[in-house]
Amino acid sequence: MLEHYISLAVKAIFIENILLAYFLGMCSFLAISKKVETSIGLGLAVVFVLSITAPVNWFLHTYLLKEGALAWAGLPDLDLSYLNFIIFIATIAALVQLVEMIMDRFTPALYLSLGIFLPLIAVNCAILGGSLFLVERNYNLGESVVFGFGSGIGFFLAITTMAAIRHRLRYSNVPPALRGLGITMLLTGLLSMTFMAFSGIDL
Amino acid sequence: MGLLSKKSQQVLKDPLMSNNPIAFQVLGICSALAVTVKMDTAIVMTLAVVFVLSMSNTIISLLRNFIPGRVRIIVMLAIIASLVILTDQVLQAYAYDMSKQLSVFVGLIITNCIVLGRAEAFAMQNSVGKAFLDGVGNALGYGIILIAVSFFREILGSGSILGFAVIPESFYSAGYENVGLMVLSPGAFIILGLIIWVQRLITKVEEEA
Repeated sequence: MLEHYISLAVKAIFIENILLAYFLGMCSFLAISKKVETSIGLGLAVVFVLSITAPVNWFLHTYLLKEGALAWAGLPDLDLSYLNFIIFIATIAALVQLVEMIMDRFTPALYLSLGIFLPLIAVNCAILGGSLFLVERNYNLGESVVFGFGSGIGFFLAITTMAAIRHRLRYSNVPPALRGLGITMLLTGLLSMTFMAFSGIDL
Repeated sequence: MGLLSKKSQQVLKDPLMSNNPIAFQVLGICSALAVTVKMDTAIVMTLAVVFVLSMSNTIISLLRNFIPGRVRIIVMLAIIASLVILTDQVLQAYAYDMSKQLSVFVGLIITNCIVLGRAEAFAMQNSVGKAFLDGVGNALGYGIILIAVSFFREILGSGSILGFAVIPESFYSAGYENVGLMVLSPGAFIILGLIIWVQRLITKVEEEA
């Protein structure tokens, strides 16, 4: 059983990296990866939010939205799964707001370093994507916790690596038209290729 | 284009090349790349985005005087999410296979930065007609890049266009092989990087490193 969870985590972090294999969270990845410190901040915030939203959205989906999920309320025929998108995004926005307030109250130091990234995260595709994937793949509660956390770590790894590479890039002579976005895309391609190497691992 | 005033034309045309949302504003790449393995999915995705973006811009522009500033983001998200649900339901009803292939990426139009970005930056300040055109223009600018990436990925990766084989058999017997990398995710990044490079060479825009 434990083995199953570990392999799921390895899969979410390396083999099916949410950013490099599914292209989720690219907008903030490209915008923030210019500096190592800020990308660590954003990465941590993503890990944090994703590990909270994945199980919460799993609960909402399983006990409220899925076909037959309302059986406990005496409505076994109801299928509200078309409301998935709107409920998920509302939950994410609300949770991010909540996390922001709690952090502000209890851990001001952490709030100061992560605070500016939290609102950005509400519309980060990786967060919504994580929730949508766990519905599509029929994960159970334990699996969604592991998957949410693993995907967050995967995003963290990818964005900090990229920031480190871009830091080095300042000393290299890139063709003028390729500077900025162009070279970053090519580098992301190479990074994604190295992460693909993990797919040879049989779990 | 005689129907539209010069200014409206500009609103529609600008995002297609000189101010392309993907290549210049770095918006909405998230969902853009995952559906570019084949051209047909890219085209359907483009149509979905054209619908969502033009309608959300129109609706938000209509309501712009009634939306309170403090809660505007959540109102916009609700409008966009409803439109995306509508698109997803229509796809599931009339093109089920396609909807399966696009999987979660239709849903991810909600968090596509272009949609929210245009709503915030343009629709909140401009009249309905212009907001509609801006939506169509930006969605098409997004679509052009999407379809270009998928064109290269499909022809290099699978040797076909829209599912029809275009690379003649004789090529394969002469030793030509499909580039497997193009079907995988690195292919998308590399093709997009090259497209941006070419586009910047043409438009002569440079960015600081």
